[in-house]
Amino acid sequence: MRSHVLRPLWVVMGVVALILVARQFVVPEDFGIHERGFMYGYHRKSNEEEWKAFKVKYRTKDYCRDCHPDKYGENITSKHRIIQCENCHGPAVDHPDSPPKLSIDRSRSLCIRCHAYLPYPTSQRSEIKGIDPGEHNPDMECSMCHNPHKPDMG
Amino acid sequence: MTTLRGAAASALPLAAFRFLTRSEARAAVEGAKVRWGFLVDTYKCVGCGFCVKACKLENEVPYDAPVTRTWVERYVILKDGRMLADTPLGARDGFTGMEVQGVQVRKREIAKAFFVPKLCNQCENPPCVQVCPVGATYQAPDGVVLIDRSWCIGCGYCIMACPYGVRFFHPVYRVAEKCTFCYHRISKGMKTACVDACPFGARQLANLKDPNDPVTRVILTQRVAVLKDEYGTKPQAYYIGLDENVR
Ligand code: HEC
Ligand code: HEC
Ligand code: HEC
Ligand code: HEC
Repeated sequence: MRSHVLRPLWVVMGVVALILVARQFVVPEDFGIHERGFMYGYHRKSNEEEWKAFKVKYRTKDYCRDCHPDKYGENITSKHRIIQCENCHGPAVDHPDSPPKLSIDRSRSLCIRCHAYLPYPTSQRSEIKGIDPGEHNPDMECSMCHNPHKPDMG
Repeated sequence: MTTLRGAAASALPLAAFRFLTRSEARAAVEGAKVRWGFLVDTYKCVGCGFCVKACKLENEVPYDAPVTRTWVERYVILKDGRMLADTPLGARDGFTGMEVQGVQVRKREIAKAFFVPKLCNQCENPPCVQVCPVGATYQAPDGVVLIDRSWCIGCGYCIMACPYGVRFFHPVYRVAEKCTFCYHRISKGMKTACVDACPFGARQLANLKDPNDPVTRVILTQRVAVLKDEYGTKPQAYYIGLDENVR
């Protein structure tokens, strides 16, 4: 009875004990089931704070108002007032500290995201004034003729 | 190292032995003041893709890699019954032409055509969370499903488990990645980057626990639908104008 049964049992118990001890050191203290129960809420609590601390990059139009009053004022009274500055100029992050300047995208592809005419009956897309990019003054930047901040024509 | 820690954590979840009393459990769920949800109006979406661009830059998802946390699908249903659908680069650069899936569509052939923005549904019963072997993905008390990057072992089970295909493998961090409803923004009282970027109000964030939230009122009082209701995942992204062809 003695050794050949008990010896492996000791080994197994030793391994289990080792795992339990190791677990105390490796698993963070805030690891647990928390609010949403075992099935959905088993996690490391401090990870929620880590996600909250992620850097905000898009600051919205209000952020631009005081420093670019001319562009802001022009834009806010125009048919393009619904478009965020940062959609065309990229995220402000900590502009003007970093980056000191935001990019200026004069490409036609920026404008035809909305203005390439697509005749889709139940989509608001077909209600935006559209052009055929292949026909409407091709090879020229849209901003040569249209003011991107205030494109209103009459 | 992460793999090792993950294995150790899963080996014997001692915390699992602590049961909440019934009132504790109810307080935890019902006492919460916030439950984030989303409302998409497919009539308003014009397919400009600014939401996708903003999401990628805000959340540092590699811009040129073919992965994205949110995307916009185009559906074109032709009069002959054919359905065409595409989402080039997740619509990061918008939709600018009539060609869909290699077919040059003409105006008179179109029966229906529309755009459907997609993002994580932050399901009430998230199947992606259930399958995680190490407790690296979880549902926060406000309903948002998050991934703990330092615990994820990159096994990919959750990517397979999501019926909506919103999860992917992050090419830089080499862990599972998904939409967080811009957790860093909504927890500061801001809107998500995609909501702010949308010029047409096609995307809206809602606190479903607040009956006075104007977006929640729309969800409660108007005709809305969810994606793949039959899976029982209880998705919390609601859609106005959903079509039977949308999957
Ligand atoms: C604190 C003041 C400040 C704020 C806020 C600010 N800017 Fe600027 N911006 C500057 C300064 C200063 C420059 C540099 C001008 C220069 O060097 O010609 C600049 C440059 C730019 C440029 C480049 C202009 C050029 O000629 O190259 C763009 C585009 C721009 N800003 C857009 C924005 C947008 C969009 C916002 C809002 C999201 C914004 N800025 C917010 C101060 C500001
Ligand atoms: C629809 C896209 C679009 C939007 C929206 C937009 N811009 Fe611009 N912006 C442009 C383009 C294109 C140019 C380059 C114009 C040119 O070539 O004359 C530009 C130029 C600028 C410049 C540099 C102008 C100069 O002459 O040096 C500033 C500053 C600027 N924008 C600020 C803003 C601010 C602030 C807002 C929001 C109120 C805004 N933009 C919204 C597209 C846009
Ligand atoms: C050479 C100057 C020029 C360029 C470049 C140009 N446009 Fe125009 N655009 C015009 C003129 C002039 C009109 C008004 C007459 C007309 O409808 O053709 C116009 C009209 C429009 C209209 C209104 C159409 C309507 O139905 O009322 C839109 C939208 C428009 N352009 C967008 C663009 C976009 C987007 C680009 C760049 C891809 C662009 N334009 C490039 C000169 C230009
Ligand atoms: C997010 C979508 C969007 C983008 C991008 C966009 N526009 Fe517009 N644009 C609109 C909307 C919406 C209107 C006003 C509604 C309408 O056309 O009926 C408009 C109106 C116009 C008009 C017609 C104004 C009038 O009085 O009829 C012109 C011209 C124009 N935009 C040019 C541009 C140019 C140039 C660019 C690129 C710098 C651009 N748009 C980018 C959405 C957009």
